[in-house]
Amino acid sequence: MAQYLAGFEKRTTVKVLPNGLTLIVCERPEAPVFSFYTLVDAGSADDPQGESGLAHMFEHIAFKGTTEIGTTNYPAEKIALAKVETAYAAYDAEYRKRVGQDTTKLAALKKAFEDAQAEAQKYVIPNQFAELAEQNGAVGLNAETEEDSTQYFWSMPENRLELWAYMESSRIGHPVPREFYKERDVVQEERRMRTDSNPIGAMVEQFLATAYVAHPYRVPTVGWESEISQVNATEAAAFHAKYYVPSNIVVAVVGDFKVSEAMPMLTKYFGAIPAGPKPESMTTVEPPQMAEKSVVIHEPTQPFYLEGYHKPDYRDPDDSVYDAITDIFSNGRTSRLYKSLVRDQKIAADAEGFSGFPGEKFPGLFAFYGVPVPGHTPDEMRDAIHKEIDKLKTTDVTDEELEMFKTRARAGLLRGLDNNEGVAQELAEFQTRYGDWRELFRQLDRIDKVSKADVRRVANKIFVESNLTSARIEFKAPVQADGQNAGGGK
Amino acid sequence: MRFMVKSFWNCVGLTVMLFGLLATCTSATGQSSTQTKSAATAKPVAQSSPAQAQPWKKIAVPPLHAFKPPQPKRIELANGLVIFLQEDHELPFINGRILIRGGSRNEPAGKVGLVSMYGEAWRTSGSSAKSGDDLDSELAQKAASIETGGEEASTSIGWSSFKQDFDSVFGEAADLMLHPAFKAEKLAIAQRNMATGIARRNDDPGEIADREGIKLAYGKDSPYARQAEYATVDAVTVDDLKGWHDRSVVANNMIVSVVGDFDSATMEMKLRKVFEPMARGSAIEPPKAYFPGPKPGAYFVDKEDINQSTVVIMGLGIERNNPDYYAISVMNEVFSGGFGSRVVQNVRTKLGLAYEVGGNLGSQYDYPGIFGAEAGTKSATTVAATQAVLAEIGRLKTDPPTTVELNKAKDQVLNSFIFRYDTPEKVINEQVTLAFYGYPADFLEKYRDGIARVTAADVTHVANKYIDVSKLAILVVGNKTEIKPPLDALGKVTDLDITIPPPPGKPGAAAGK
Repeated sequence: MAQYLAGFEKRTTVKVLPNGLTLIVCERPEAPVFSFYTLVDAGSADDPQGESGLAHMFEHIAFKGTTEIGTTNYPAEKIALAKVETAYAAYDAEYRKRVGQDTTKLAALKKAFEDAQAEAQKYVIPNQFAELAEQNGAVGLNAETEEDSTQYFWSMPENRLELWAYMESSRIGHPVPREFYKERDVVQEERRMRTDSNPIGAMVEQFLATAYVAHPYRVPTVGWESEISQVNATEAAAFHAKYYVPSNIVVAVVGDFKVSEAMPMLTKYFGAIPAGPKPESMTTVEPPQMAEKSVVIHEPTQPFYLEGYHKPDYRDPDDSVYDAITDIFSNGRTSRLYKSLVRDQKIAADAEGFSGFPGEKFPGLFAFYGVPVPGHTPDEMRDAIHKEIDKLKTTDVTDEELEMFKTRARAGLLRGLDNNEGVAQELAEFQTRYGDWRELFRQLDRIDKVSKADVRRVANKIFVESNLTSARIEFKAPVQADGQNAGGGK
Repeated sequence: MRFMVKSFWNCVGLTVMLFGLLATCTSATGQSSTQTKSAATAKPVAQSSPAQAQPWKKIAVPPLHAFKPPQPKRIELANGLVIFLQEDHELPFINGRILIRGGSRNEPAGKVGLVSMYGEAWRTSGSSAKSGDDLDSELAQKAASIETGGEEASTSIGWSSFKQDFDSVFGEAADLMLHPAFKAEKLAIAQRNMATGIARRNDDPGEIADREGIKLAYGKDSPYARQAEYATVDAVTVDDLKGWHDRSVVANNMIVSVVGDFDSATMEMKLRKVFEPMARGSAIEPPKAYFPGPKPGAYFVDKEDINQSTVVIMGLGIERNNPDYYAISVMNEVFSGGFGSRVVQNVRTKLGLAYEVGGNLGSQYDYPGIFGAEAGTKSATTVAATQAVLAEIGRLKTDPPTTVELNKAKDQVLNSFIFRYDTPEKVINEQVTLAFYGYPADFLEKYRDGIARVTAADVTHVANKYIDVSKLAILVVGNKTEIKPPLDALGKVTDLDITIPPPPGKPGAAAGK
């Protein structure tokens, strides 16, 4: 492993620019291409109160262009967009009136808001930002918002490195929330698809809202329907101003270029982003859970079982011990849950336990799930999972299991290094979480130190009833008597 | 350690992304290529807009670094087996795969699910020398893997290990190939997993739409559309698995590919030793199938517990060796190939009617693909979104791409062309796929040249030749009580019954209840 770390040391340069932005540049001249991964250390956990879904909403806005891309005339558009906000604020104030709402006035304000949008729309070149990237050969262009962070990524031919640096630095520094209210509708469709019309998605939302009482991990990343429908572009701009400051961002670029040639150019573009204060750290700490909690969903959909136990965040000295439990419980057909629930008891099609759900930056959950085979129930999943957990608390894991975990961690790390996208992601994530990308390799030292006693100690510490939240879906036949339900599969 | 939890994130679909389906709809040919010429143009390309400064146009785009991807070594044995070898010394691993002709499209209609369960039970049963369970722990200790699988046109056995473990891991894989020990108890696990999938197949509206849409396009009994049922899964026996193996695992049905940190001459010797003694057998051909296309009209699946409709529009596509393939690929880009495409611009961005929207005139290597378009929209806008997508389909025939659209579509394909062959895996996988379907090895090279020649008139020509709006089927999976205006606006609506037939001998007692 030392030889690979040494290899990366030679090819990798980290530079913190005067505005606070961290650039990680890694040469990997396997083919004339490069990949980047921009990690903004703010996610849905940073959504302001009453504005759930805002981090995700802004992620969509980051594809709407900049003061230069996506507009036919920015000075004029800027004025028109300001009028949209004024008109929306007036409409929104009337809409939210609890007493004495004037429907005629509301309709007029709505019309004024729509007219203002139409006026602003005249200056828009729709999707020009993404088009410019795609037309210049970008592939895998996408972004994702998680509880902990927001990331942007694509790959391009190496001769577009400067074009990319221009585009990426301008959308971080100077994005324009144009077409905001139409994008809000698109995001509502995304919510309907992932949560409202997806039984597992709906269950997970209820599960997290139950497991957490104080910490924002209780709020869905996509946002609550009512809050998405009322969020506005002014709030999105405020979110950007606060969290998209260079000191909160790491940009990793991996591919076919010379660091010595690329760095001055990258510095020029990314160094021009205006600096800002690093956002303050979150104050909310989830209080200890007092008693077991559970959610039972009765739906015309197949049964499922999910449970979770609160655990510390990734900086905990036992972090690798949780990884060991994940591996021993869940990694393939040698894992305990597969052998017990799937192979021997024949009650589940799939069962796993894993660490860091829904995030790991703040104290997350160690979660388990079981997918019952036909004729078996969520309760059987629960009993079988608890039996395995009890075993972990009372009996040492085997030397063989621990050794497998350590070997696989090494192999898994190495296997991830064979492509630009993966390397860019790992470098950016480890640099963000530990302040040094080398921790990607050094974590193996912590993994090597995990002992049997550690596993038992940690299991006894967190896998206790008062720390448990569970959710299950119980099948309920649909209410419609339309003759389509005889098979029970709907 | 993030990489450990990623798979679950995908499993429960919690990561919120900018777009979903669209991203998978843009690739026209799949994997990789063997090009050496640079696809660079003189400067970055983008449309003009007079009033606004466009500083990116001043950014120089130098020629792409010269790149000649190493080509895999091709070896054909006397018994008809083909081997591809690709050295890649970056990391200390060796990965191999044996692709075997014959897949679910070749299984008997009364035993649908056979190939999928064969793919699972082959590996979990193990070989006559070593049980699957023992193999599991032995491989896990080496952080190695051997996996088998069953797909539509093929089955496969693949392995991966540190290079120092190659001999032992490949030895086990060869043993599994030559002396499999199909076991009833492992078949039973595979059957339970299949039954779980059957019981759950109506839970997710997207899954229902995909499945029922394919059935509409090909016909429900087509080898490319039929679905496993409790009865067809129960009908599969250990003897069926053995029979399938004996028939398909013969030298002239197999293509072997190995990529990684090895010396080709030594590797060739090791492979010859295992594969040369294998016998020939009868080659497995694609099944005889009839492709009449869908019965036109509107179809509906009612699902009371959702608030979004999934709309799919289905017709027939083409075979990939069709000379119109290039023009069709450009048409697909114009229609749905990314953010600048017509459906994304109009249905998602302009109208805000859908998060997921996309489609293309699809192609397959050795049978007609599907023409399909899809949109997810809130119940109330079901008809509006459907009509918006249909309008875009119609516009392909009437409105030729503008110069800007055409250039955008072609630039997108040509400037990203390098990504079809930028890793040794992509290069070797492309060659395996082409060999598997009997396509010429320079197919991708020709593809790039073909794309470059496509004109706007070509696009309109193929749109009119291959898309007939009157022959399309429209399927909506949605919540009837919420869909207003009702679907009648789209034509006569046929309700589809997706009730799951109960297991044999258990009338009405649906599993999983």
